[in-house]
Amino acid sequence: MNQSTEDAFDLRPLLRGSGQTVGVFLALICLIVFGLLRYENFGGAYNIASFLNYNAMFILISIGMCLVIITGGIDLSVGSVAAFSSVCAAYLSPYGLQVTLPAGILAGVAFGALNAFIILALRVPPFIATLATLLGAKGGSLVLSGAETIAVDWGSNFTKLGMEKAFNLVPWSILIVLVVAIIAWIVLERTSLGRTLLAVGGGEEASSLMGLEVGRAKAFAYLFSGGCAGLAGVFLASGFGAGQPLEGVGWELSAIASVVVGGTLLTGGLGSITATVIGALLLGLVFNILNFENGRGTISLSAYWQQVIRGAFLFLVILLQMRVAKRRTATGMQLEKAE
Amino acid sequence: MSVASPAVGKDSSKGVAWRSLLGRYGTLVALAVLLLVNILITPNFLQWQTLFVNISQVATIAIVAVGMTLVIATGGIDLSVGAVMALAGALAPLIFGSAFGLANPVIGLMLAIALPLVAAMACGLFNGIMISVLRVQPIIATLILFISGRGIAQVLTNGNLQTFSNPAFSYLGTGRVFGLPFQGWLAVAIAAVAFWLVTRTIHGRHLLAVGGNERAAELSGVPVRRVKISVYIICAFLSGIAGLVVVAINSASDAARNGNLMELDAIAAAVVGGALLQGGRAPVFGALLGAVIIQLVKYTLLANGIEDEVALIAKAGIIVAAVALQQGRRE
Repeated sequence: MNQSTEDAFDLRPLLRGSGQTVGVFLALICLIVFGLLRYENFGGAYNIASFLNYNAMFILISIGMCLVIITGGIDLSVGSVAAFSSVCAAYLSPYGLQVTLPAGILAGVAFGALNAFIILALRVPPFIATLATLLGAKGGSLVLSGAETIAVDWGSNFTKLGMEKAFNLVPWSILIVLVVAIIAWIVLERTSLGRTLLAVGGGEEASSLMGLEVGRAKAFAYLFSGGCAGLAGVFLASGFGAGQPLEGVGWELSAIASVVVGGTLLTGGLGSITATVIGALLLGLVFNILNFENGRGTISLSAYWQQVIRGAFLFLVILLQMRVAKRRTATGMQLEKAE
Repeated sequence: MSVASPAVGKDSSKGVAWRSLLGRYGTLVALAVLLLVNILITPNFLQWQTLFVNISQVATIAIVAVGMTLVIATGGIDLSVGAVMALAGALAPLIFGSAFGLANPVIGLMLAIALPLVAAMACGLFNGIMISVLRVQPIIATLILFISGRGIAQVLTNGNLQTFSNPAFSYLGTGRVFGLPFQGWLAVAIAAVAFWLVTRTIHGRHLLAVGGNERAAELSGVPVRRVKISVYIICAFLSGIAGLVVVAINSASDAARNGNLMELDAIAAAVVGGALLQGGRAPVFGALLGAVIIQLVKYTLLANGIEDEVALIAKAGIIVAAVALQQGRRE
């Protein structure tokens, strides 16, 4: 392998990605400044903690989704897997966090393994496979819970995770998310597995012919995404004090939106964990600000608007990304013509 | 293909033959098995009432599945069908139940059918433009309406269940023609028109050409964009009809439930009916057959007292099995 060509090949998308990261970051800063100036309690400890706590779940599934999308796949099952895991966690809550955390993650990883098996062994397209898992997990959590919310045990340390703060400052959940994000970042940027993930997304057949472990990389992405969804489910049960079999509708859309905002190409082969996390924060902040506006009475949006806004947000982001992609294809076409 | 995939060659030839045989006649075998099992275990299966119930329920799946088959034939997918059903279904009672609709029942009724379908077609246009002009992948593009479409329907109705009493409109879902439910005939008629479209018109040939090889189709002068946009509009239009039928059956519109998970039923019906997810084939009557199988599975589980939640898992299994078998048939 010629080292210099590979570097030259990699440099442009890297720069483009970081350009978008800076853009998303600036947008985030602007929104925060806007919020601070407009609302009295926006910068208050309570809002910051509850904002981070609530969005910890979305950041998590976005990180998992990012890895999957980088390989050119998609994971639509994250929401109902999180719901399933929240029910499991609620049932196990008397045993405390030392049991529920691993159990929740394990439940998620199991569904991730199911996704990987259906996609890799049965060769079913990712969106059909994960749509089926969505159904399966939903059915599973409804059967397990009898279609009711499961109250958690408040006696154990279970609810600490979602409701208490480390050093009275940062919620525990966001610290765990930070650790997961760092792990994902290291895997993606500093390991051969990460390079394989990117290569698979860039061109699966080429990667396979080059002797890369395509199957293993893809399986890892789905397992990781499942694990993130499982962990998000534990947060859900802990933060709201109940296992919720009916939650998670539309989460996949939020995650996809966050990933796309962060500049990850939906076609795979390019993506950044940092930008995805910032993207998730940005999306969460939009809802936070809408809540404040609702509170002030400037606007009056029912809960149903949330779904509409999520869709509109994704639409907007896709339009923005189209400009990037168009520029890219235009350059590609010019190269083609030049040849 | 055969050269580049040594992994496939490892499958024993016996296994491949078995798979392709099951793939070819699997649909009919499955139908026969389902009927037989039901005759044996389901109480009162061989009753006219059973037939009526199943026809009136399968019709909406079949109507959407025909649209889905056309979309899949171009190599696309439409996840927004259920949301479009909810939207169309939410609009209809709002229109004939409005002051104007009550004052002019006939015009109100006509508008209550026409306007929701126009709204549905607008959704299809949105999907089509996203996919063919902006070149967003079909899954992502239709995911937008999959979530927001239902949201819009819920915003319109404030999330309330709208009940109504309008016999003329309810005919869509409860009427009988020659003793059989109206919507059953409607589904067959729609499939016949779609069959004619695919096999007897230039548009149909274009549609299959786009699904077979988009680039080749474009180079040989097929208006790819127009074909793709039209196919999403048709699918949304049919979803709109299905949404109206569901509302008519229940004499009530529930934006949260109307068409919920319909995209899965429709995809499953299309795939079971022989549609290739890669595109290039449009077995319209296969989709009808697929819809009947999906409906029978649901009915079998329900009639034997198995919970809805387990039925969800069964449905997921059917979809995966159908697509996995299909991948086998392709090779």
